[in-house]
Amino acid sequence: MTAGMLAPPTTTVGPVEWLRRNLFSSVLNSFVTLLTGAVLVWVVANVGQWALTEARWDVVTRNLRLFLVGQYPGDQAWRLWASLLILSVLSGISAGVFGHTTRVLAISVAAFQALLAAVMVASPVGPWITGGMLVNAALVWVGMVAGHRGLVPRRSLVIAWLVSIPVIFVLIAGVGTTPLPTVGSNVWGGLLLTVLLAVVGIVLSFPLGVLLALGRRSALPGIRFVSTAYIELIRGVPLVTILFMADIMLPFFLPGEIRIDRVTRAMGGITLFSAAYVAENVRGGLQAIPSGQVEAAQALGLRGWHTNRHIVLPQALRSVIPANVGLFISLLKDTTLVAIIGLAELLGIGQSVLAQPESLGAHLEVFAFIGVIFFVICYAMSQASYRLEAALGVGQR
Amino acid sequence: MGIGPDEEVRVADGQTERDIIVCEDVHKWFGQLHVLRGIDLSVRAGEVVVIFGASGSGKSTFIRTINRLEEHQRGEIWVDGIELTNDVRNIAAIRSEIGMVFQSFNLFPHLTVLDNISLAPMRVRKWSRDRAEHVAGELLARVGIPEQAEKYPAQLSGGQQQRVAIARALAMQPKIMLFDEPTSALDPEMINEVLEVMRELAGTGMTMLVVTHEMGFARAVANRMVFFDHGQIVEVGPPAQIFEAPKQERTKQFLSQILH
Repeated sequence: MTAGMLAPPTTTVGPVEWLRRNLFSSVLNSFVTLLTGAVLVWVVANVGQWALTEARWDVVTRNLRLFLVGQYPGDQAWRLWASLLILSVLSGISAGVFGHTTRVLAISVAAFQALLAAVMVASPVGPWITGGMLVNAALVWVGMVAGHRGLVPRRSLVIAWLVSIPVIFVLIAGVGTTPLPTVGSNVWGGLLLTVLLAVVGIVLSFPLGVLLALGRRSALPGIRFVSTAYIELIRGVPLVTILFMADIMLPFFLPGEIRIDRVTRAMGGITLFSAAYVAENVRGGLQAIPSGQVEAAQALGLRGWHTNRHIVLPQALRSVIPANVGLFISLLKDTTLVAIIGLAELLGIGQSVLAQPESLGAHLEVFAFIGVIFFVICYAMSQASYRLEAALGVGQR
Repeated sequence: MGIGPDEEVRVADGQTERDIIVCEDVHKWFGQLHVLRGIDLSVRAGEVVVIFGASGSGKSTFIRTINRLEEHQRGEIWVDGIELTNDVRNIAAIRSEIGMVFQSFNLFPHLTVLDNISLAPMRVRKWSRDRAEHVAGELLARVGIPEQAEKYPAQLSGGQQQRVAIARALAMQPKIMLFDEPTSALDPEMINEVLEVMRELAGTGMTMLVVTHEMGFARAVANRMVFFDHGQIVEVGPPAQIFEAPKQERTKQFLSQILH
């Protein structure tokens, strides 16, 4: 090696050195380390002991069906299976086609089903369901291989995702005739209802929020006023109020022959609420776009719509991914509020399970189970967000 | 009226040339600030006009009124026989005839170099992707960076970015090119590569309005030079006259400051 070309100094250290530097660098630090360690061991030991020996997990396994789908009729359960199957295949193919960005989605779909399969072994419906779940999880992998080999073009995959949403909705809700008899939304419940509320809320509030954000920056005073008024009004009101309004007030204002079922009203309330927050996030992203970008687009002769579609929105939406995912995570958790208007989503089911005489005193088990489910979903969402940010290069221009 | 928008001017060698840009008594205010104070300037097709002057003299604002990035509040601007008014169709029609290169490049950071160049031809001119990308490839070769097509702007040097910006403007096949201090944001060693592309472009007969302080470029390439001061045109003339025998005291003063 010639003079002036030095290798960088080695930075790796052995485990003992690492411990000394990071945990025991001074007397005070050593003391804090030991204390924190002791507390951690104590907590883990106690929780572990409770979970493994004292907890009555049979409350969960006995009512697993309720937790997952509420009162959804058992003889129609194949429709939920079919929906899950669509989801498995699509997310598997996406992971193959789009690479590591969507792989988190596929992995969490597969892992979640594998987990359910494991839990289900103990339940009365038993091996059938376990088998189904494992087949589904395997389909994720099959889709991934197919996608990776380039068997599915990107465009048709995007279309398939868009089509899958109404298809799944029809599958679950039914159309009133024999092959797919209507299953009223009053019997939807548990995780199924939670996920439906969240997915519909996210999928619909996002475009609505983008339109509101553009509206708030519109050159037309009428559109600007309406958008601003909407955003400020919604942001000034708690979600519970909006849900009550949708549940109790709306039927008064609508003519008698128009009936909107309760779940749809809740979905509407959540969507309208969330859209106002999406709009403010997106507006922040729009404001961060340098004016030179718009000028360059205008100078090329691009009209307003093309400028927004190809120049402004892609950059703005990309920069607000972290904020929007945060918003959608709290939307998912806020769906628990529909329990207040009498819908039996995951938390609501938890409460009705606790009302069973044989479940007396099993609060901890039920809430721990629900908490873990929420944590798993939220954690998957935030991981997906990090992957998405990395893939789209947020934070670097 | 002195010079009509479509009036043909007979020049010495017998060719007819047309005034492609005509500005008459153009005024512009930013709030109370009167930044353009009665600009009269006509530019013939194929002419290279260099505009210079102190910062804040209104030269950038002036060339930005020509493609309506800034709105003028009094006077008339005609571009290729179309008057710039609030009519949106006129503005779009005129903008698609005029290419613009900015001081800070303003490339689209989320698009590859190739997409930066082919976007507008596809969306505005409705070209097929194949045609737009073919033209983009040719333009990249012309500005000397054919191998950078798949990169993102942030991966290029300043000089390369500005050359992409020139290619992007040329992809719309404009009749006029506006350059707003194209080399001011560049490191010294990159200025020449951009000026070289501009020189080549001037050689093809492109009508160019260039705001710049690169006096070497002006002397070699410009047909006319225009000196701006306090929102007015103080002096217009061929480079030889401006450099050797400026008529106005203010021109002389400014040149002595920048030419040391």
